[in-house]
Amino acid sequence: MSDLRVEALTHVYSAGTPFEKTAIQDISLQIPSGQFVGLLGHTGSGKSTFIQHLNALLKPSSGKVLVDGEDINQDKKTRRAVKNKVGLVFQYPEYQLFEETVFADIAFGPKNMGLGKEEIEQRVREAARFVGVEEELFQRSPLELSGGQKRRVAIAGVIAMRPGILILDEPTAGLDPAGCRQILENICSYRRESGATVIIVSHNMDDAARLTERLIVFNHGTVAMDGTPEQVFSRPEELIKIGLNVPQATSLAMALREKGIPLRGSIYTHAQLMAALKEVGIC
Amino acid sequence: MLKDITLGQFFPGDTPVHRLDPRSKILLLIVFIVALFMASGWAGYGLMVLVTALCMAISRISPRNIFKGLKPMLLIIVFTAALNLFYTQGTPLFPGWPITREGLERSVAMVLRIVLLIAGTFLLTYTTSPMALTDGMERLLNPLKKIGLPVHEITMMMSMALRFIPTLIEETDKIMSAQKARGADFENGNLLQRAKALLPILVPLFVSSFRRADELAVAMESRCYHGGSGRTRMKQLHFQALDLWALALGALLLAAMILLRHFGL
Repeated sequence: MSDLRVEALTHVYSAGTPFEKTAIQDISLQIPSGQFVGLLGHTGSGKSTFIQHLNALLKPSSGKVLVDGEDINQDKKTRRAVKNKVGLVFQYPEYQLFEETVFADIAFGPKNMGLGKEEIEQRVREAARFVGVEEELFQRSPLELSGGQKRRVAIAGVIAMRPGILILDEPTAGLDPAGCRQILENICSYRRESGATVIIVSHNMDDAARLTERLIVFNHGTVAMDGTPEQVFSRPEELIKIGLNVPQATSLAMALREKGIPLRGSIYTHAQLMAALKEVGIC
Repeated sequence: MLKDITLGQFFPGDTPVHRLDPRSKILLLIVFIVALFMASGWAGYGLMVLVTALCMAISRISPRNIFKGLKPMLLIIVFTAALNLFYTQGTPLFPGWPITREGLERSVAMVLRIVLLIAGTFLLTYTTSPMALTDGMERLLNPLKKIGLPVHEITMMMSMALRFIPTLIEETDKIMSAQKARGADFENGNLLQRAKALLPILVPLFVSSFRRADELAVAMESRCYHGGSGRTRMKQLHFQALDLWALALGALLLAAMILLRHFGL
């Protein structure tokens, strides 16, 4: 459980060279403890750059990142300490697996935190349970597992550090529907039991609409929209203009409204669509 | 940090140097290197510096980029300079000093040689696309096919290696960030600890390199690649008048160096 504050964050890549590029510009926002946040934005909108600032992997060109009210970029120590508080799961995290056994790989993070042997073992078991990795797999090589299992082991490796803020960059990319569902459920169960803040980068609008409490939309390195899914999806035209999708229910509702069916309210889930259709006497 | 590596980088442009046939550029580099090792005396080195500077000016490659390429070699350059400076027998520069006149001369000459050698090589890679470079290499080595050398395969491997350098650098960067996020420490500790800390990078990098190689092989085979026999090229190489002039100038430079060496000007 940690809260996060970002103040006027700007990052410029290769400053002072001909390849200079401003990736994010003057971003200020606050994420209270325990919130489930979705980050939306097309490729190159600055999402990845932004999340890498939250655990001090990237140093801001200007601006501040505060976790629990403390500036994380004060010195080397705070930059290191924040990695125990803010867990970051990269895109395709299964490519970072390297240990000989699943157990050792999940234990890599806790070991780097300097924990004792028993504490590490307890955390590995707990993290494995969260992501549904059975203990029979502990002594197997992570490279022998299936794609979905590898992904879950990699996520467990970050969860084992018990981060107060868990950030995941497209955790479901490239998985089959069952795998996607399972990963999202695992993340939700971790959040429920630990009370952690969860930030998830996603291209799947239906997942974002269904799971999150708040959506932050990035465009050209700035925050274009910020609000509850209801608020954000009530402006579907803007989302489409930015080059993003809207949930299936929203796009169907838009099409029906264009045909003259007066559906009321902000619609972004199937249940809402059904309710609105009932209201006007269809189905 | 890793993105600063300039190996195999190419700066596109439309200068006479860029337009030269890659074959002549490779030949000219060989001539340049031979001339460099023939050079003697201030006149010889002066001429080589002048020629290099002139080529740089014509190709519009900024000296800054050349110096950036020199950076990784700095240690070797300093080491060579120091060794030659202190360990050459001769007449001391000042009475009682370990530095001799001959030592100073020789160390300046050695440093110039290394710097010019690297600058010349960079001039080739900066102004020639990797594709053109390996194409030129293949054509130049073609006669060796007669003695059974798999020229096409060798140059194909070269161009693939060049092609994958930026990809691997990017991949390394990504894996490093991911392991850092899990608390890995690459900066502290003694030599053994640091070497051990590289394992979480090297293992995933090897795994993904093999995967990539496998995918590339399948992609090539599915496009019916079957080696060099009977392959035609999309871009044919043609010698132009420019190439003849450039090669003539190269021959002239070499001749000048040989003359300077024999008549000791």
